[in-house]
Amino acid sequence: MKLKIVVLSVFFATCCISCSNVKTEISGAGATFPLPYYNMVFKDFSDTTGINVAYGGIGSGGGIRSLKDGIVDFAATDAFLSKAEEAEIAKSVIHVPTCLGAVVVAYNVPEISSLRLSADVLADIFLGVITKWNDGRIVETNPDIVLPDLNITVIYRSDGSGTTNVFTDYLSKISDRWRAEIGAAKSVSFPVGVAAKGNPGVAGIIGQTAGAIGYVGSEYAFARKIAFASLQNKAGKFVKPSTASISAAASANIPADSKIMITNSAAEEAYPISCFTWIVIYREQNYAKRSPEQAQATVKLLNFILSNEAQSKAANVHYAPLPENVRCNALKSLKSVTYNGKAIE
Amino acid sequence: MKDKVVKILTFIAAVIILIICGGMVYSLVTGAVPAFEKFGVDFIFKKDWQYTPDNEQYGALPFIVGTLITAFLAVIISFPFSMAVSLFVGEYFKDTKVAAFLGTATELLAGIPSIVYGLWGFYVLRPIMVGMGLSEQGFGIMTSSVVLAIMIIPYAASLSSEFIRMVPNDIKEGAYSLGATKYEVVFHVILPAAASGISSSYILSLGRALGETMAVTMLIGNTNTLPTSLTDTANTMASIIANQFGEAAGLKLSALIAIGLLLFLITALINFIAKMIIKKYAI
Repeated sequence: MKLKIVVLSVFFATCCISCSNVKTEISGAGATFPLPYYNMVFKDFSDTTGINVAYGGIGSGGGIRSLKDGIVDFAATDAFLSKAEEAEIAKSVIHVPTCLGAVVVAYNVPEISSLRLSADVLADIFLGVITKWNDGRIVETNPDIVLPDLNITVIYRSDGSGTTNVFTDYLSKISDRWRAEIGAAKSVSFPVGVAAKGNPGVAGIIGQTAGAIGYVGSEYAFARKIAFASLQNKAGKFVKPSTASISAAASANIPADSKIMITNSAAEEAYPISCFTWIVIYREQNYAKRSPEQAQATVKLLNFILSNEAQSKAANVHYAPLPENVRCNALKSLKSVTYNGKAIE
Repeated sequence: MKDKVVKILTFIAAVIILIICGGMVYSLVTGAVPAFEKFGVDFIFKKDWQYTPDNEQYGALPFIVGTLITAFLAVIISFPFSMAVSLFVGEYFKDTKVAAFLGTATELLAGIPSIVYGLWGFYVLRPIMVGMGLSEQGFGIMTSSVVLAIMIIPYAASLSSEFIRMVPNDIKEGAYSLGATKYEVVFHVILPAAASGISSSYILSLGRALGETMAVTMLIGNTNTLPTSLTDTANTMASIIANQFGEAAGLKLSALIAIGLLLFLITALINFIAKMIIKKYAI
């Protein structure tokens, strides 16, 4: 009996010690678009440093709101904050680009595994001008395949989303009518189609519906083995989304703060709907009673994501590593992060 | 002494519930104010839902219409089935093992989480709808209503069968003694006597159908336009909120909260009507 008590008290004592010695944990929330990449990188980070990262894929807007409310250490977004949005936050924030991704045009046409779409055809499909898969203008760029007499069902996002922002930004660049009537934003009024929630929702419906076409973050189409189209870029070439073609889109001049949309890139090998994805943090890390350890861990995480080791793994999940100059600029801007006005080591 | 303690505890619990309820209404109303200030009562009758940054236009009409159509259609579709089940369980096979089994099986339907109904609708019902040529991709009001109908059958059926059971034996025996057949007793004595209870059970299941979110969001197609036919895609008040609150801010968030407030009012009104009917026409 006595022994039992001793054993139990020792057990509880060790529990308490391990409790009080809590491991630092940092939390973030935001975009679902880079989620597959972040899942991998965050796991590597906690394996090497012992710091756990809890990330909630709740959408870019939700992530920014959480950061504004001071309940997360970082927010992830596919749409950089506009001047007005930054002003609303009131405190200075920095954008750290983490990788490059692509929005792919996924489709489900029975027995058709490769499809080429020109820019104006893509815009007209989403405008509802082209309604049949065997429309002459689609056949024109796909002379080698027989397209069926099947109605096109456009699938888009019902929730606000960074992915929609990138896709509609591209459509606004290639189609005057799209820019004038619909525009680019996290959610827009699509003239035709059916909507679903989240990248997985859109990918799921496309996979299940013959005749469907929609846009999803690349990894979601790759992972579900849904067919996706080669798109005609600004240089006139038909390009498939790949690590190389996404990287090529970022080969132009990128500003130091990396706040730029790289859709419809002029580079010859570029995939036209490529984009940066960012993590946003406060420049001054002492907010909402955060400890210096938390601030340090946050910066450490971002340095880790920008390391060559983490960047080289982006291709494993079909994202592309940052170009070297962008990576260097990001590392430089990370140095400006402070805690109580002092630089964080 | 013990009596007093229990009395105080129950009083406190009741007050807390009241406060929480009041708080919810209060936050819904304050949240909805900017939308109503901007658009006025017109908010209820506008059919635009536009997020263009400098020209935001929000109106609740497409969602109110979508909600009412799906819910009423669901009640209509479920009526023959739930009515048949309630008569079977409450009268024809009253107190038999078969009735007990069927009753439990129907009530079991109420225990299935709505996401499971949504999945079933997505993977099983939707291809059937496409196969029947009802719509191109199988999403829409019709598909949602069929799934909703199955979801509300247990509510309507079990309540109605209780009311049918409650019809006093004296009346029935009186009718039999006058030479009425079973059919005549059921349709001319039992149903009229239980009518108020039965209709209120349908109104309550209508309330259930109005607020259903998950299954509807998965099946209705989520388009923010005024539906023009039963196979059109649409959005309900619950599904537009579920879809868009994550990224909403400012005026849009307020418009969503206003829709929540309207949904709350509609459901409250329907429950109120059901209670009135029971009270007024109770046997």
